[in-house]
Amino acid sequence: MTKLKPASTSKPTSKPAPKAKPPPKPRPQLPKAPTGIQGLDEITGGGLPKGRPTLVCGGAGCGKTLLAMEFLVRGATQFNEPGVFMAFEEAAKDLTQNVASLGFDLKDLVARKKMVLDYVYIERSEVEESGEYDLEGLFIRLGHAIDSIGAKRVVLDTIESLFSGLPNPLILRAELRRLFRWLKDKGVTAIITGERGEGTLTRQGLEEYVSDCVIVLDHRVSEQTSSRRLRVVKYRGSTHGTNEYPFVIDEDGISVLPVTSLVLQHTASSERVSTGIQRLDAMLGGAGYYRGSSVLVSGTAGTGKSSFAAHFAEAACRRGERVLYFSFEESPSQIMRNMRSIGIDFEPWVKKGLLQFHANRSSFAGLETHLAMKHKVINAFKPQVVILDPLNSFVMGGNEIEVKAMLIRLLDFLKSEQITGLFTSLSSSGGTLEQTDVAISSLIDTWLLVRSIEIGGERNRGLSILKSRGMAHSNQIREFLLTDHGVKLCDVYVGPGGALTGAARLAQEANEQAEKLTRQQEVERRQLELERKRKVLEAQIAALRTEFKAQEADILKIINQEQARDALLEQERVDMGLSRKEDATAKNPKRGAK
Amino acid sequence: MKTNPIRHAPPEAISDHYILTLYVAGQTSKSVNAIANIKKICEENLQGRYDLNVIDLYQQPQLAQGEQIIALPTLIRQLPPPLRRIIGDMSNTERVLVGLDIRKNA
Repeated sequence: MTKLKPASTSKPTSKPAPKAKPPPKPRPQLPKAPTGIQGLDEITGGGLPKGRPTLVCGGAGCGKTLLAMEFLVRGATQFNEPGVFMAFEEAAKDLTQNVASLGFDLKDLVARKKMVLDYVYIERSEVEESGEYDLEGLFIRLGHAIDSIGAKRVVLDTIESLFSGLPNPLILRAELRRLFRWLKDKGVTAIITGERGEGTLTRQGLEEYVSDCVIVLDHRVSEQTSSRRLRVVKYRGSTHGTNEYPFVIDEDGISVLPVTSLVLQHTASSERVSTGIQRLDAMLGGAGYYRGSSVLVSGTAGTGKSSFAAHFAEAACRRGERVLYFSFEESPSQIMRNMRSIGIDFEPWVKKGLLQFHANRSSFAGLETHLAMKHKVINAFKPQVVILDPLNSFVMGGNEIEVKAMLIRLLDFLKSEQITGLFTSLSSSGGTLEQTDVAISSLIDTWLLVRSIEIGGERNRGLSILKSRGMAHSNQIREFLLTDHGVKLCDVYVGPGGALTGAARLAQEANEQAEKLTRQQEVERRQLELERKRKVLEAQIAALRTEFKAQEADILKIINQEQARDALLEQERVDMGLSRKEDATAKNPKRGAK
Repeated sequence: MKTNPIRHAPPEAISDHYILTLYVAGQTSKSVNAIANIKKICEENLQGRYDLNVIDLYQQPQLAQGEQIIALPTLIRQLPPPLRRIIGDMSNTERVLVGLDIRKNA
């Protein structure tokens, strides 16, 4: 206590001593036995409570037996924990056959002493009761099985069958309580399955005895599609996910899909990938989408969403990347035919193995099955680009929340794998275009909006970039055409009512062409006139020059004549002086000076 | 008489013979009671035409699985067919007799 005094002086109001704690050190965790079941370990924070029994309950066909079996098989194969499966409902042979389809080879496991399968057969009509009995036989049997292979895991499936097979439930209850305690003492991690009862988790109220960990499975049908869910109702001594988590059973067993298992830690690539449409690249900061980003193309019916997807897919194939194309409305051959009409031929890429189509109706399975299927296909094919066309075919009735949850998980998965995802979404024409049916807009990095622009008695297609995270992008609404050579973005003509499209744009183009022509002609005319003027001027100059020359000649002539006359006069005067013997000839200048 | 072969099969001698096995676990009071009770019942009703084996599953635990034993004590009638099981300490003689299909005056 005295040691903690400094703390008390700093915080005088609180009672310091008992509350003060040493610096955080790793807290002791309840030892857990990993199940090896995808996602379940994440929900339970590492697995089931080690050395304790866990109750797995649910209605018929919800996957109890399978979960228990997978727990054992994974334990035996992955964690070196042999297991005992005690079946009260299915014969060992049937069980072996049933789970063989999931790739579990029980025969082999049994042969390698990794597993014991024990089928407990009780036929009520063959059993007569006379006096008191107990279940020691079951204990001996189970104990023997456990000891024979050193089992660490035990499954009792479904122990409640005892109640229908044996008389005197009071004895059974007492014995079951003893059994669970015995299992705990044995230190085996056990799964006890139980059929769901009315108002209780199990018909016989097993949850009263097995209360360390209770997992409820559920298989429900809504809107004619079924989905399986799993919930950890309680888990003593451990934190756990409390939500209902969807799970799927497929040929690889169970996978639970916890939303929260994915944290936002994916690295963002700054590499850019072309959209397949040059002018669209230009609109997106000149380089296209970011690798690993999610792109949404939304728009009303027939606006060309799939064409954008096809362009992107083709561009990726050209780069040598693998593309996975999930289609929910068209068959692969239909897509290929339709895209050929805009000059995109997928066939070579499919043959090369770069492009894979997966087409199925969204209603063929529940969302979780879809998600798990996608996970699996993606993991197997390892694509760089995934296309989902269209997203909102999943929305049926009021399941938007589930769809959103599924898409979040899918997007997170794609991002963590650095896969560029392009999704199309059909907007209902009544609603706002800037809103998706499944409200995933906030998850999207680049959102292209394609829409019909209905002006002047025609429909034209317009494209705008609603958002594009992390790049300077164009804010222009562009008209585009679906041509033989794919999507063609047109030049922009902005009229008084916005961008001009279709015929209006063509008219505008024609107008401009005409104006240009007129202007050109005007220029030519002026140039001609100028030329003409120059010629006139030059002619005038020439004429003047000729005139001048003529005048000059005249004048020079006159000048010459005058000079000649002057000389003549002088000569005459000299001659006259000579003739008069006048010596004035030499003095002539002086005389002049006088 | 017409079709059922069992009726024509070798008569009383074999079908009258009882082969019984009593499975118990250790020397619990239930085990002890069951052994005493069944011996008494057999002596009184099946004198000279029964074999009774008593098996302690603690000694031979592997038999539990093969014989589909869950509850103890369990008495199994191997012969005459069909197989019959009686569980409990055999304290209710009437039910044991019904279970073994023994007619007292036979």
